[in-house]
Amino acid sequence: MPAFSFNDTLLLATIVFSVGLAGILVRRNMVFMLMALDIMLNATALVFVAAGARWHDATGQVMFVLVLALAAVETAVGLGIIMCLHAHGRPTLDADTGNLLGGQGRG
Amino acid sequence: MGEILLPLLILCPLVASMIISVSAGRVGTCAIGAIACVGVGLSAILGIILSVMLLSGPAAGVLPVVLWRWIHVAGFSADIALTLDRVSMVMVLVVTVVGLLIHVYAVGYMREDPGIARFFSCMTLFVAAMLVLVLASDLLCLFIGWEGVGLCSYLLIGFWYDDPANTAAARKAFYMTRMGDAALLCGLLLLATAAGSLHIGAVLAAVADGQVAPSGVNVAALFILVGALAKSAQVPFQTWLPDAMAGPTPTSALIHAATMVTAGVYLIARLHDLFAMAAPVMALTAVLGTLTLLMAACTAMVQSDLKRILAWSTISQLGYMFLALGCGVWQAALFHLMTHAFFKALLFLTAGAVIMRAGHEQDIFRLGGLRHAMPGLTAAFVVGASALAGLPLVTAGFYSKEMILSGVWHVHFGLTREWTLSGHPLWGMALLGAFLTALYIFRCVFIVFCGKPGTVATGRTSRLMGIPLGCLCFLSLCGGVIEMPDTLPPLHLFTALLDPKTPLSHADEPVWLVLAGALAPLAGLGVARVLWGRAAPVMREIPGQAAITRLARAGWGMDALYDLVFVQPFRLLTWLAHHDILDQAITGTGRMTRAISGRVFRARAGFLDKLAVWGTRARGWAGHLLGRLDNGRVRWYAAWIAGGLCAGLAMAVLS
Repeated sequence: MPAFSFNDTLLLATIVFSVGLAGILVRRNMVFMLMALDIMLNATALVFVAAGARWHDATGQVMFVLVLALAAVETAVGLGIIMCLHAHGRPTLDADTGNLLGGQGRG
Repeated sequence: MGEILLPLLILCPLVASMIISVSAGRVGTCAIGAIACVGVGLSAILGIILSVMLLSGPAAGVLPVVLWRWIHVAGFSADIALTLDRVSMVMVLVVTVVGLLIHVYAVGYMREDPGIARFFSCMTLFVAAMLVLVLASDLLCLFIGWEGVGLCSYLLIGFWYDDPANTAAARKAFYMTRMGDAALLCGLLLLATAAGSLHIGAVLAAVADGQVAPSGVNVAALFILVGALAKSAQVPFQTWLPDAMAGPTPTSALIHAATMVTAGVYLIARLHDLFAMAAPVMALTAVLGTLTLLMAACTAMVQSDLKRILAWSTISQLGYMFLALGCGVWQAALFHLMTHAFFKALLFLTAGAVIMRAGHEQDIFRLGGLRHAMPGLTAAFVVGASALAGLPLVTAGFYSKEMILSGVWHVHFGLTREWTLSGHPLWGMALLGAFLTALYIFRCVFIVFCGKPGTVATGRTSRLMGIPLGCLCFLSLCGGVIEMPDTLPPLHLFTALLDPKTPLSHADEPVWLVLAGALAPLAGLGVARVLWGRAAPVMREIPGQAAITRLARAGWGMDALYDLVFVQPFRLLTWLAHHDILDQAITGTGRMTRAISGRVFRARAGFLDKLAVWGTRARGWAGHLLGRLDNGRVRWYAAWIAGGLCAGLAMAVLS
């Protein structure tokens, strides 16, 4: 007997996902953006676990482990990029300043 | 046992041919010759073994082998099938044994030639094709071999392709036999539609049962006769054979003795039951044969080229065979075919050796007095010439020619019910032909080997070339005693071999008939001795030789006839194809199409230009708009992705 019904879990996952998305959209600090990304990943992982519990299938938990691994790797790569930028003499963590790929030559 | 050996008989030379042609240039001269000789020799041994097996069996026994089914549709079927019966057994022995002797000789003759691999691969393929022709029990299968020998003769006549004359001779041989092939195919198709099969036994049974209308039988026989005439170089197709001398001498020997030209005789002998139902065609065969043998003998009389004399003599002897076939004595035709294979191979191979040692001189008037320089070759040539002339008792040619002559004497052509023709006039002409044969061949002998020396002979005849000549000498002398006229000891081994049930016998044969046949060649020899045999010949050339030679060179007007019948219509056709109305119409249509397509092209180009301009402008605006989106800020990208996802989900849910 699960503590939450499947719909409740989905609602919770949606809320957590929205929080993560909002974090990405509003924060300019790259470290916080990475954390927000992890929150979004955890939301999806929660959906997998809930679906596994709903249909009594272990595959959902397996997927959760995979998502955890993915999140760890993603965080490592993201932090690596930040460290690398820092090593190249970039003093800020503001994501909006790194817009050299922007179209029409606007800096 | 026999089922395995019979296909092997054909496979041996075929495999030898493949090995030689594939290994061209990597194997030495001796090895190539050895492979070819082993291939043909194995097949000769197999032929002998199979003959023994066949003869030890029942009297009418045959050895049929069906290899696989070739064609099977409603109303017609054809197999790849071989049959060894007594007729084909004789032919197999002739082809393989004479072929083997010629191959052994050719190893010595062609030793210096750079194209020896090509030569031997063609020669062995030739033998294989001839064996297919001989052993086929289905006429369609026989046709494969028929075309195969045609192809190989083309390849070998044009062997020295550097000289345009040689390739022209090869093409001529190919085209001439091709006309006959077309006729033969017509005959076969007629038979196939009537009988539903081309298996020889089935066809003959259908004809004997009257399933085929008499007119159909006549027409089919006529077509087959035309095919055989073209293959065997009879009137009116005789002109290709003398030109075929362009090839190497062993090739000529093979074409004239064992393979190719004997195919026509064999085909008619095989289908003699069919021809027996077509009396007019039989009479035509006999008349054409007589005509050919006289005309070729007269032509040979005025030739000065040694090999050409022999070529015309072949045509003349084939005329004898066709005469015999026309008179219904096909056993005699086959017997003459066999003895002719022996002495004609001997004559050609000896002539080749003589020409080789006399510095490639072929003109008999420039040769001369070779008796002392090359006694062995002289003896061989005299033996061959005697057999060709048919000198009585001692030569093989006498017995076979005698058999033909007696057969012709007794024949009556029942053209219609009341109107029959006696064979006596034809007999007279054939006798005249025998006289002429002795005359022209001994003219050649006396001019080349007696008289004062012309060219200087060099070198020696190698043993490889000498041994086959010796064997052929023996066969030319003793190959005929297996069948004798009744006046002499009545020995009928050959006819008994071919058909044990109904031996051919003419008990009522007058003695003077044999005597006449024996005296005609002797008279020819005597006249030749008087005219050319003395130290100072009575006459060097036949009076009026130049005019006859010119006529003969043009093939007795036959080339002009071919020009009129075949070449000119073809030219007209090509001219029409160049300038015909349909072509003009098509050209006009093409021109119109081009004009219209030009207009369309211009109109379309203008439209496409406009379209391109509009497109570019629209792309400019769109690019400007999209460029706004692409501002390089990660958060904006994430927002766009989220917005797009929401929009997509909303559409999916709401729709």
